[in-house]
Amino acid sequence: MLELDKLVNLIHEGLTSAMPEMAWLVSLIEYVLIGVAFLAVYCVLALVLIYVERKVCAFFQCRIGPNRVGPFGIFQSIADMVKILLKEIIAITKTDNVLFKLAPFIVLTGSLCTFGALPFGKGLQGIDFNVGVFYLLAISSLGVVGILLAGWASNNKYTLIGAMRSGAQLVSYELSASISILTMVILAGSMQLSTIVEKQADAWFIFQAPLPAFIAFVIYLIAGHAETNRGPFDLPEAESELTAGYHTEYSGIQFGFFYLAEYLNMFIIAGIATTIFLGGWQPFHINAEWASGFNSIMDYIPSWLWFFAKVFALVFLSLWVRWSFPRLRIDQLLKLEWKILMPISLINMLVMAVWVLIF
Amino acid sequence: MKKINDIISSVNSALTVEDCQYPTINVPVEQLKNVAKKLFENGYDFLINLTGMDYKDSLGVIYHISSSVDKNAMVVLKTTTDNRENPVIPTVSDIWESANLYEREVYDFFGIRFINHPDMRRIFLRQDWNGYPFRKDYDSNPELNPVPLENQTIEAMEDVPTLTVNKDGDLVANSKPLFGKQEYVINIGPQHPATHGVLHLRVSLDGEIINKVDPNFGYIHRGIEKMCETKTYPQILQLTERLDYLSGTMNRHAFCLCVEKAMGLEVPARAQAVRVIFDELTRIASHLLGWGCTCMDMGSITAFIYGMRDREKIMDIFEETGGGRLMVGYNVIGGVANDVSPKFVDQVKEFIPYMRKMIKEYHTLFTYNPIARGRMENIGFLTKEQAVALGTTGPVGRASGWSCDVRKIEPYAGYDKLDFEEVIRTEGGTLDRYLIRLDEIEQSLRIIEQLINNLPEGDFKAKTPAIIKLPAGEYYQRVENARGDFGVYINSTGEKNPYRVKFRSPCMTLISALDPLCKNEKIADLIMIGASLDYVIPCADR
Amino acid sequence: MEVKDISIKNMKTEDFKDNAYLEKYVEELRQGGVNVVVGVLDDIINWGRSNSVWPLTFATSCCGIEFMCVGAARTDFARFGWEVTRNSPRQADVIFVAGTIVHKMAPVLKRLYDQMAEPKYVIAVGGCAISGGPFIDSYHVVKGVDQIIPVDVYVPGCPPRPDAMLYGMMQLQRKIKVENFFKLPNKPNREKETSDESSTTQSK
Repeated sequence: MLELDKLVNLIHEGLTSAMPEMAWLVSLIEYVLIGVAFLAVYCVLALVLIYVERKVCAFFQCRIGPNRVGPFGIFQSIADMVKILLKEIIAITKTDNVLFKLAPFIVLTGSLCTFGALPFGKGLQGIDFNVGVFYLLAISSLGVVGILLAGWASNNKYTLIGAMRSGAQLVSYELSASISILTMVILAGSMQLSTIVEKQADAWFIFQAPLPAFIAFVIYLIAGHAETNRGPFDLPEAESELTAGYHTEYSGIQFGFFYLAEYLNMFIIAGIATTIFLGGWQPFHINAEWASGFNSIMDYIPSWLWFFAKVFALVFLSLWVRWSFPRLRIDQLLKLEWKILMPISLINMLVMAVWVLIF
Repeated sequence: MKKINDIISSVNSALTVEDCQYPTINVPVEQLKNVAKKLFENGYDFLINLTGMDYKDSLGVIYHISSSVDKNAMVVLKTTTDNRENPVIPTVSDIWESANLYEREVYDFFGIRFINHPDMRRIFLRQDWNGYPFRKDYDSNPELNPVPLENQTIEAMEDVPTLTVNKDGDLVANSKPLFGKQEYVINIGPQHPATHGVLHLRVSLDGEIINKVDPNFGYIHRGIEKMCETKTYPQILQLTERLDYLSGTMNRHAFCLCVEKAMGLEVPARAQAVRVIFDELTRIASHLLGWGCTCMDMGSITAFIYGMRDREKIMDIFEETGGGRLMVGYNVIGGVANDVSPKFVDQVKEFIPYMRKMIKEYHTLFTYNPIARGRMENIGFLTKEQAVALGTTGPVGRASGWSCDVRKIEPYAGYDKLDFEEVIRTEGGTLDRYLIRLDEIEQSLRIIEQLINNLPEGDFKAKTPAIIKLPAGEYYQRVENARGDFGVYINSTGEKNPYRVKFRSPCMTLISALDPLCKNEKIADLIMIGASLDYVIPCADR
Repeated sequence: MEVKDISIKNMKTEDFKDNAYLEKYVEELRQGGVNVVVGVLDDIINWGRSNSVWPLTFATSCCGIEFMCVGAARTDFARFGWEVTRNSPRQADVIFVAGTIVHKMAPVLKRLYDQMAEPKYVIAVGGCAISGGPFIDSYHVVKGVDQIIPVDVYVPGCPPRPDAMLYGMMQLQRKIKVENFFKLPNKPNREKETSDESSTTQSK
């Protein structure tokens, strides 16, 4: 009905019929279009997420939140964007200049590449690898390189401590995040994201193998939350200890990149969780005879809407946690990972393997 | 009194004890060390206050000493030196640890150097400051000390001068660096979100583990005590509020009490009751802010906003009656500025159950949170002995099991007639310091409840002369403010302005506890421990 | 643009004081007339800047507590989009000098200001920051932060109420709204240096 895959096909067919001789040009135009579309969605999502976070945070804190710029303050983050784009970028003399300027781009590239691989809806996926899960895990940890570089190149003690903390944190939590995703790969039998989503048409994975999948889901949420460097795992930018952590020395749009990437990472983690555990863009189906009417109503809702609804529900959960809990200490953080999450997720993987063998 | 006589005469029979407000002993510089040691051995283990004095012809130091066992015992030592060019006095910082910072302060203000003191840097002013501002002959020409536009060099901050006596009995001035060359030192502050003001901590780190903390004061040193010397007593009141702005009412109360004591003024019962209610409300407001900041330092901003939200209710009560929010300006010499507002009683009565409910919510939201528990448990233990030696009074001392509530020790303003408990915990850890504040809020509510239900009728202010002059003499008044034992020392020569005023700041001793508490803890714990001490920097810097 | 056009939501121009001052300021800025395209772009930029002013968390004494109150639930400055308090001066737009600045702190404050990226604004909160306030007699207090850094808005009070700070913030917003992006910065400290130059380049 409101599916966007028809639009995509329409563009493709239109272009091919207009220029049947020049397939390479068609591909080029399509690549550019896709790139622009992703960048646009990326930026708009970041603005929306920033606004949502500020409103939700205000809600938890008995405040009102932005309400002056536009109705209900919805243009607040646009104003922020205008401001930050025109803010002076301070060149600092005693830094490693190349690395200092490179770091925000690496962070942004990492999150943008991950973003491109997410299946947003039926037929809406930038790139569909047969090792999609592997790609997601690999590219989403690129950000840590940027953070480490930023901390190192800034030539500041606070940023260095922040970056080192961040490195330790991300490397640790990457493990249990990966293992919990691999647990689901066992269930799916495929690493291709489109296949994984297809397989959840009747029931989402979290319902297909309730016990191990649910444990994996919770572990992934915790680990993913930690990977986004947001509270209660916001040690790399712990305000009360390290002023602003690894990006202390960045100003203007360079800081804007970090800011953007932070919010988008939150979306990406929720997006991956949605794809792998909550059926991606698949609507909610009850796998029974009597529920066919219900299922067809669910089908009526466009797939991209399903995806975004699920993702935003998870984002809300993440915000809820962020604004309720105090921050962990670095040793507690690592203890939580290595002594609790890691063993549980390893055992959980075995449980899942047994589950798949039995059922 | 007799006990003191025995102690003193056992050191030197020539010394006599004068019977002033407290037993006072004039000690010659040579015998100071012996007398101090003897007092310490006889249980006088709590150095409350150390005041530098300029008697115009000589310079001196006044020690207010009390005991952690026999709490009412108080003795005052005085010593003077005639040498204005190069005054030296032996240190007592090896006897009472808290003297360490006090003596640095005296050096900073009066130029008196202390023999064998481990660290004779200027504490508040920059190392390159010209002159000693509290001396009566100080040249206050601003051209001598213009506003600097460059920070102090690290060398100036780290070069620690000392004064020792060599074998021949000559004084030798030495200096040594504070940190080794290999140490990884980070600066926390003066502009840092977690130092609760402009405290500058230089922290030596080994990875995330703290080796040493060196607090640098003076970034908000406003010279309030010196300003007091040129102001009349009613004018000084407004300065006392701005010392520790979170317990402003109590500080003001202390100064009023001291002046009233000197004048022999009787405060009406209604004024006393209202003053106590205001004090306790201020205490609640201060503890709420302290609680909120502890949470915020732990990253829980929501809890901070909740604390501030409830604090606004108290601000409303203040505003209705006193007219001010943070600086109420309500206590005046002889009573309070005006009678309470007609709404006052209802407002307070409404507030008490609300606050009780909210404390439960705080516990649910934060205290029972496993992460918060994990952050606060098992770090930053302060033993009772350490607390007494460092003079960390107030909630911090009581969390270590030291019963040091001035409201119980030297009751003022009718606290002796009220029924409340002095909350004491034994462990002395960060969690205890956190919990004790919430418990104290409940005790404060209890006090307010007793008073608000039968507020005495009558005058709100005693009659005072138009120009207030205190009879010549020395007066000392202790009050329990939200952070501990706040003391006011007034030396009057009978004029309309005091000769010397000294405020005993509880916060300075709290900051001095940072180094022993943080050793071998992690850098994140430094923030937590600092938050649990809940110091206010302008109070320490004065 | 006249002062009347500087809109702040829910506040009328007449409600503000110091309109005369702002009018004079606008007149100075608009001496050479305004190019239409540039004017529109200016408006967009100023709209963005004035609605997204991130304060630096900086407080030295009493006024800092009231500044906290501004951020808390009762008088929530998040409504104006100011709640993104940055701890790093590099990312902050405005510095609330909340509290007394003493001699020892003066170089620190100056360095903080220097570390901030343009455009940067300063609000002097409370008597101490404006003139030394109750501590004007002191030997160690700087008599007004404008001796060290240029100040855009003064908020009097000791300490000012949170409402007063909100008012000061809105005044700063009004001031930002009339700025010219396509001209040299209008900071008071720069004005002196560039006054000759700007009179010739203004009419572009």
